[in-house]
Amino acid sequence: MKKAKKDSKLNVVGELTIYTAADQKEKLVALVTNHPLSTLDLSGVTEVDGAGLQLLILSKLEAGRVGHQIEFINHSDAVIETIELCNLSGLFDDPVILSESAKARA
Amino acid sequence: MNTSNISEIFFTECDELLQDMESKLLGWENADDKEELIDAVFRSVHTIKGSAGIFAYERIVAFTHVAESVLDDVREKKLQMTDSMIDLLLKSKDHIASLLLLVSGAEELDEHTLALAEENLLEALHELLGSESQQSSSAVVEADTGSVVFELQDEHDRVESNNWHISVKFGHDTFRNGMDPLSFLRYLKTMGDIVHVVTWYEDMPDAAEMDAESCYLSFAISYCTDVNKQQIEDVFLFVADDCELHIIPPRERIAVFLDFIEKVTDDSKKLGEILVECGTLTRAELHKVLSIQLRESGEDGSQRKIGEIVVDHSMVSPEVVQAAIAQQIKTKAEKSVQRGSVRVDAEKLDHLINLVGELVIAGSTVQTEARLFGVEKLIETSETLSRLIEDVRDSTLILRMVQIGDSFNRMTRVVRDVSAELGKNIELKISGADTELDKTIVEKISDPLLHLVRNALDHGIEKPDIRVASGKDAKGTLSLNAYHDSGSIVIEVADDGAGLRPELIRQKAISKGLISADQELSRSEIYKLIFEPGFSTAEKVSNISGRGVGMDVVRSNIEALRGSIELDSEEGEGTRISIRLPLTLAIIDGFMTGVGDACYVLPLNMVEECIELKTAEGEDGKKSYISLRGEILPLISLREQFGHADAENLRENVIVVRHGSQRAGFVVDRLIGEFQTVIKPLGAIFTRLSGISGSTILGSGEVALILDAPALIQQVINRDAAVSRRH
Repeated sequence: MKKAKKDSKLNVVGELTIYTAADQKEKLVALVTNHPLSTLDLSGVTEVDGAGLQLLILSKLEAGRVGHQIEFINHSDAVIETIELCNLSGLFDDPVILSESAKARA
Repeated sequence: MNTSNISEIFFTECDELLQDMESKLLGWENADDKEELIDAVFRSVHTIKGSAGIFAYERIVAFTHVAESVLDDVREKKLQMTDSMIDLLLKSKDHIASLLLLVSGAEELDEHTLALAEENLLEALHELLGSESQQSSSAVVEADTGSVVFELQDEHDRVESNNWHISVKFGHDTFRNGMDPLSFLRYLKTMGDIVHVVTWYEDMPDAAEMDAESCYLSFAISYCTDVNKQQIEDVFLFVADDCELHIIPPRERIAVFLDFIEKVTDDSKKLGEILVECGTLTRAELHKVLSIQLRESGEDGSQRKIGEIVVDHSMVSPEVVQAAIAQQIKTKAEKSVQRGSVRVDAEKLDHLINLVGELVIAGSTVQTEARLFGVEKLIETSETLSRLIEDVRDSTLILRMVQIGDSFNRMTRVVRDVSAELGKNIELKISGADTELDKTIVEKISDPLLHLVRNALDHGIEKPDIRVASGKDAKGTLSLNAYHDSGSIVIEVADDGAGLRPELIRQKAISKGLISADQELSRSEIYKLIFEPGFSTAEKVSNISGRGVGMDVVRSNIEALRGSIELDSEEGEGTRISIRLPLTLAIIDGFMTGVGDACYVLPLNMVEECIELKTAEGEDGKKSYISLRGEILPLISLREQFGHADAENLRENVIVVRHGSQRAGFVVDRLIGEFQTVIKPLGAIFTRLSGISGSTILGSGEVALILDAPALIQQVINRDAAVSRRH
C-alpha cells in the first residue's frame, strides 16, 4: 500500500485479506478521518476475503460517521465479484467502473 | 433412519393404502355411507401422491394426481360414480401398484406395456374430468410423445415460495479459525442458486474499537436448491460451533413436512424426533434445542416446550410444529382407542422364534438330565420350567399368526373381474375369515388359493342360462371357508356349479395314460387324478385357467407346506376342495420313535394310537398290512424305508397315523414318547429325499429326523394300489 503524504488518494495493491487486514485498517481509517474527500483505487486488489470486505464497509461507515466521503474507483475483478456476491453495491454506491478485463467478461 | 428405510416404509404404506382402496371400491355397491367411502379412497390416493412426491417419483405423482382429481369430482358430486368408473379406478389402482413395483425395482416390467396402459387410463380419466368441467383438469396429455406434461395448479405459488431462507451470523473468531464467510456463500452457489442475499454489518463497532481480525458479518440468504436441510446445514459444519445459523425451508417444503407428519403413527415419538424425521429440523438443531430447554428450565423443574423453542429460534415454522403436535395427540388418542398393534420386522420375529426353539431344546435337555439324577426337587422344577417354556412357545407362535381374511378378501376382486369377463353372475361368500394361521403359510397359500378360485369360476360355475335350464338360481355362489381342526387349519373352496363328472375324468386319465382302461377306481381315487401332473379336464381352454398346468402345481405347493388337498364333488351340485395345513412351520408337538440307533419324530396330532405288532401275524416278518379291529391298515416299515440293518427277535410296534381321511401303520422298534420338536429345515442337498420333512435336535444333542407322514402314507397307498393293479 502506497500513500503519498497528505494525498487523499490511496492505492490498494495486492490482497485485501485477513493477512493484511490489521495493517490496512490503520491506513484506511487514517485516510478517511484525515481527508474530507478521499479516493480509494482498487485496481490493484488481487484478492478479497471477508476481512477485506469488512474493511471496505468500515471505511464507508467511518467516513459517514465523521461526515467525510470516500470514493472507490477502478474496482478490480476480485472486488466486483465480492461486492456482487454479497449484494453490497448499494452501500458502495460509487459508479462501478469496469476495468478492461471485466468489460471483456461482460 | 436412512433413506432406504424410509422408502421401504413408503412402499409398505402404499401397499396397504392400495389394498384398502381396492376393498373400498369393491364394497361400493353395498356400502351404506358412500360419501365416507369415497373420502377414504380419495385419501388413499392423495396420501400416495404426497408420499411419492417426497421421494420425487414424478410419474406416480402425475398419475395419482389425475386419479385424485376424478375422485375429488366424485366427492364434490360433480361426477356420479358408475360401475365402469369403479372398474377404471380399480385398474388405476393396479397401475399405481405397477408403477410402485417399477420404481422399487422389485420387478422388471415391460416399459412399453406400462406406458400404453398409462396412456389408456389417463385418457379415460381425463374423459371423466372433461365431461364434467373443462377447467377442473390441470394435467395435460401430450398425445404425440405419450408423456405427461404436468402442471400443478399452484405453479406460480411454488416459484415464489420455493426458496430456502438461510440466516447466518458468523462468530467473531471466524477469521482467526481460518474460515472465510465469503467462501460459504461461494460454496452455496455450487449447490443451488443464491436468489438474493443481504449482508449485515450492524454489529461492527466504530473504527476505534473495530478489530480488523474479528468477524462482524451476517448474511440473510434466499436460496433455491434441491438439497435438504441437513445438507445445507452441513455446508456450515466447520463453523457450526461459532455461528448462529437458521435455515428456514421453503413454503413448498412445509406442505411436504405436513404430509409426512400426517403419517406418523408412533405415539411414543417425541416432538423433536418427529420434526427431525420429517426433515424440517436437523439433528444438530435438536441438540441445541434440548440444551436450551435444559438451560432455561425453571428452578421448580418447569421446562419450556420444545415446540415453543423451535419456533422462537425460528428453526421450524409454527405451522409445522402445530401439525406435528396435533398428529402427536391424534396418534395417542387413536392408540388408546384401538390398543394398537406394533409393527415388527419379520426377521426379528423369526429370530425370536429361533431362540424359543433353542430354549425348547435346552429345556428338554434339562429335563432329561434331571430325570437321570433322580433328584425329586430338581425334576419338579424342571417340569415347571418345561411348562413355562411351552407357554412361551405357544405365545411366540401366536405372534406369527395372522388372520386369513386378507387373503380371502383379495379374492373379491378376482371374482368380480373374472365373472365379468366370463359373463357369469357369481357371488362370493366368505366365512371363517378370522381364522388364524402362520404368516408364512398365509403368504404361500395365496397363489394356490387364487388358482383354485379361478378354476371354480371358470370350470365350476356354469353360465346363467345353463344354470337356469338346470333349475338352479342364475346367480352362482363361490364360498371360501376356513376353520381349525385338530392342530391343522382347513381352507375350503366350494362352488355350487356343475360338479365333476367322474366318468369324464376317468376317460381323460386313460387317454393321458395315467391309468389303464380296465383299472377299477373309487370315486375319491378318480378325483385325485385331477392333481396328477399334466391333467386338465376343461374341454375348452380359456385364459382364466385350464392351461394344463395348475392343479398338480397347487398340490405340490400345498405339500411343500406339509399340507394336503382333497376334492369332493357331486355331479350337478358343486365341488368342494379342502386344503389342510399345519398351523405353524416352526415347532410341533412331536411323537418320538426309534428304529435301530436312529430316532424319528412324527407330528403328535397325526398319531391315533400305538399297538404292538405280533410276530405271529407276520408270515415272513414283512407284512404289508394288518387288520385293525376289522379294518385293513396298510403298514410301512421304517426299517426298510430308511435302510436300517435287520435286527433279529426284536419286538416291533405299529403307530397308527392318520392324515385327513387316510390311515397307515408305521412299523418301528421303539416308542419313545411325546417330544417338543423344533423343526430345522434340511439342507438343500436333502430336498429330493422323500419321507423326511426336516430334522430336530434332541436334548442329548443328537439329531432326529422328522417324518413327512403325508408323503409316507401316500407312498404306501400307491404301493398297495400298484400291487392290486398287478393282481
